Amino acid sequence: MVCSVRGLTRIYRTGPDEVHALRGIDLDLLGGEFIALLGPSGSGKSTLLNLLGGLDRPSSGEMWFRGEALTRLDDRALALYRRRHVGFVFQFYNLIPSLTARENVELACDGAERPLAAAEALELVGLRSRMDHFPGQLSGGEQQRAAVARAIAKRPDILLCDEPTGAVDSKAGVQVLEVIERCNLELGALTVLVTHNSAIAAMAERVVSLADGRIAEARRNSLRRKAREISW
Amino acid sequence: MVTVLPILDRKLLRDLRHIAGQAAAIVLVVACAVATCVMSFGVLRSLDQARTQYYERYRFADIFASLYRAPEPIGEAIRRLPWVAAVQTRLVADVAIGIQDVEEPLAGRLISLPERGEPEVNAIVLRRGRSIGSSNADEVVVGESFANAHGLVPGARITALLGQRKRELEVVGVALSPEYIYALGPGMIAPDDRRFGIFWTGRQALEAALGAGGQFNDVGVRLKESASARDAAREIEALLEPYGAGDVHGRERQLSHAFVSAMFHQIAGVGRIVPAIFLLVAAFLVHTVLGRMIETQRQHIGLLKALGIGDRAIGWHYLKLVFILSAIGIAAGLAAGTILGRALTGLYTEFFHFPSLHYGQDPASVLGAGIVSIAAMGAGALRGVRGASSLMPAIALAPPAPAAYGRTWFDRVAPRGRSGSAARMILRHLGRWPLRAALTAGGLALAVALQISMLFSFDALDHMINGYYARAQAEDFTVAFARALPNAAADEVARWPGVAGVEGYRALPAQLSSGGRGRVVNLTGLPATSTLRTLLDTKLAPVPVPPQGLALPGKLAALLEVGVGDLITVQPIGSSTRFKLPVAQIVEQYIGLDAYMSLDALNTLLGSGPAISGAYLLIDHQRRAEFLRGLKDNPLVAGISERSVVLDSFRDTMLRTLTIIVSFFVAFAGLTAFGIVFSSARIALSEREREFAILASLGFSAAQVRGLLAGEMAILVALALPLGCLLGRGLSWLIVQRLDTELYRVPLVISLQTVAIAVLVVVAAAMVSTWTVARHLRRMDVPAVLNARQ
Repeated sequence: MVCSVRGLTRIYRTGPDEVHALRGIDLDLLGGEFIALLGPSGSGKSTLLNLLGGLDRPSSGEMWFRGEALTRLDDRALALYRRRHVGFVFQFYNLIPSLTARENVELACDGAERPLAAAEALELVGLRSRMDHFPGQLSGGEQQRAAVARAIAKRPDILLCDEPTGAVDSKAGVQVLEVIERCNLELGALTVLVTHNSAIAAMAERVVSLADGRIAEARRNSLRRKAREISW
Repeated sequence: MVTVLPILDRKLLRDLRHIAGQAAAIVLVVACAVATCVMSFGVLRSLDQARTQYYERYRFADIFASLYRAPEPIGEAIRRLPWVAAVQTRLVADVAIGIQDVEEPLAGRLISLPERGEPEVNAIVLRRGRSIGSSNADEVVVGESFANAHGLVPGARITALLGQRKRELEVVGVALSPEYIYALGPGMIAPDDRRFGIFWTGRQALEAALGAGGQFNDVGVRLKESASARDAAREIEALLEPYGAGDVHGRERQLSHAFVSAMFHQIAGVGRIVPAIFLLVAAFLVHTVLGRMIETQRQHIGLLKALGIGDRAIGWHYLKLVFILSAIGIAAGLAAGTILGRALTGLYTEFFHFPSLHYGQDPASVLGAGIVSIAAMGAGALRGVRGASSLMPAIALAPPAPAAYGRTWFDRVAPRGRSGSAARMILRHLGRWPLRAALTAGGLALAVALQISMLFSFDALDHMINGYYARAQAEDFTVAFARALPNAAADEVARWPGVAGVEGYRALPAQLSSGGRGRVVNLTGLPATSTLRTLLDTKLAPVPVPPQGLALPGKLAALLEVGVGDLITVQPIGSSTRFKLPVAQIVEQYIGLDAYMSLDALNTLLGSGPAISGAYLLIDHQRRAEFLRGLKDNPLVAGISERSVVLDSFRDTMLRTLTIIVSFFVAFAGLTAFGIVFSSARIALSEREREFAILASLGFSAAQVRGLLAGEMAILVALALPLGCLLGRGLSWLIVQRLDTELYRVPLVISLQTVAIAVLVVVAAAMVSTWTVARHLRRMDVPAVLNARQ
């Protein structure tokens, strides 16, 4: 077991209003597993992802990473957790515009125990020939693949992907999913992919559906689909 | 449209609230500019008005002449000159004054008043008591500042050594004179109200005491309005020449007038240069802050235009924001300038003695400061406003093109890994907006330069006192005799109680001229073996007294347009003898203009045999009181000055004014630096918020992310510091040129301490402002930033 969460809630306060983004989540995540978090907008899937990645703190409940309680870590330790164990892929790529693709990858590898070489990581996502380009010189799909390379180069224990195809066209989206699929297989990282698209969820081993901050359904895909077979 | 615009105004106010910190920085810098301008020109106008009224009401002379002695009919001859409106002849004598309870003799200047009526020229302002009566020869009116320093009131008695006779005088009144708005005694380099006083007494009494019946040695002339002061001075000089005319000059060389004018010149300089620096910074801040605001509101602008709001209305919308900030800055500056102006006027009343001096605004400069501030702010806003109004709605609504970054020279040398990446990010970001980076560094450099140009006054003062005077003057006291005495007088002085060393000198006023240019200066003959007075060359290295020829300060040589080896004509005042002497040495002298030569050579030229007119003394400090008591009753002594007192008084006077003015500008510069860095950091934060969030997601700690912001500011500051030091030196040089007058010269000395203070103030201001901005990072919602559309 890589990660487990119990009774996780997250409440956002905006003035006098309270928004219950998560209302008590219990979940166990295994090493190397490919999980899709499925649900409509506002269901709490991104919130759960951010909590798993240590980008946010829950309002209540417990989270463990390899037996260590994440909820008890201070900011510095949480930053260290992200640096050593977590790779993020966001919807809007979030590459640093002033660094080249290679430099973006190198930046994420610093402090990792046995990272891939930046060139190797970019090779994995098919971007070796464009690794010295700045993000502004890459297409959306290329930027997202560079973002995947950056996320996997440190050989993370957990790869968290938040709507990774949300900002690219379907062709580029499939390429991105292929890369994520390959990384999951070859690097063995627990991969959690947030999507509102059930077609994409079909490539996961397990699909956890969220609705209104709760787990509505958890099921295993009896027939996993390859990324290249998916279209939307 | 009518209903939409007030909503736009509401948006404007919200925008202002959103950029409150940066707006405050802009307002602060504009306020500094306006305050400096309002203060300087308000003080200048107040002083100028006070002086003009004073001069008019009390008939301040247009032409001044001192001479050896001339019979009274010569005065009448002057009166008959066509341009002359009024003439006042009089006797003036520098004497030693004794006051009960004051152990040492003090310096006094006795000036005759007509027996009847007020003086036609250079009248006095009676502040207390009455003027002298026509019958009593022992009455004096005393100058107000000296009276205040010693608590002298009508009825008090003082003594004066007059014609080698000690006379007791009764104070009957206390007065001011337009001739002594700034009063410097003989041998003094700063006013010392305790040790130098002006005394007015009856003409006949003074004639009798000096043995000068029917004669005068000083004359003041008022000219008709159409007259040329220069021509009049020349004619008067021709009339007085046979009587040992000394310096016949206009107001520009009257000591008090010249000092006050020099102060006007300085205040006007500050009032012109400093606000310009602040406004330059304000314009830059507006340029960057408004530019960034318009950049972030690009899509709003597109939307507003799509709704039918015109280009001009959009431009005016942003311009209004700038005008609001200008208005607040101008109002704050006006208030601060008025307070500071009052304080500065109060400070000047300590040194400048006017019958009344009150601070008043100078409406023209208030208006000017307002208009120039608005214009500067408008200029700063021009680019942004033009960009906003000319933006096509379709383009504005589309997301902006991604920032184009490129490689820099730094890529070749930067280390790889995290620190290298951080450095690359900072440098590429700076390189992406080079103009903004240059302007930020330039603004900070100006803050450093402004401080250096103000703080170096302390270094100059220190250099003058500890560099120049400490080497040039080793005596404890200088004693001036009532008349020239044989050399043997030095032996007698050596026997005075408490005297440990004596060196005689001979000093006399003399006209130095060359090729139609002339000056009356104090010519001092120093012994060849002089150890108590040392001549210093322009590098402050000791040089021997030239056996033949003159040693002149560089400024005097420049005024006479002579150099080493050139011959100049020397005519002692009161003598018809003229002789030609070569310039043998150029020496340094920061205050006043004096000429030096060998004592023996001077005596030979004067044909008087070995003689001295005064002595430099070393004393046994244990016996100081005894020494001073002895001097007080000594009929030989016409004046004394104590070196340490003169220097202390100079230092104290300078420090009192400098400390207030310099602290004020250092604080302004610090605030400016704070404003610049705050604004710059705020913009960096807003532009790079996503970058910082990405770094946080990659596991950078909050401190590391803050370090990235601080790193960018640090580079800008590091660029600014050397530039600021260079600019500071340039600005100081300009100030030195501006202060280069016959009255004084200021050495260009900038100490490490001055540089350190200027640098530290800017670094501290930068650190505090960066820290203030970096605190915002703690509140950053990382997931929200990362999931926002790019």
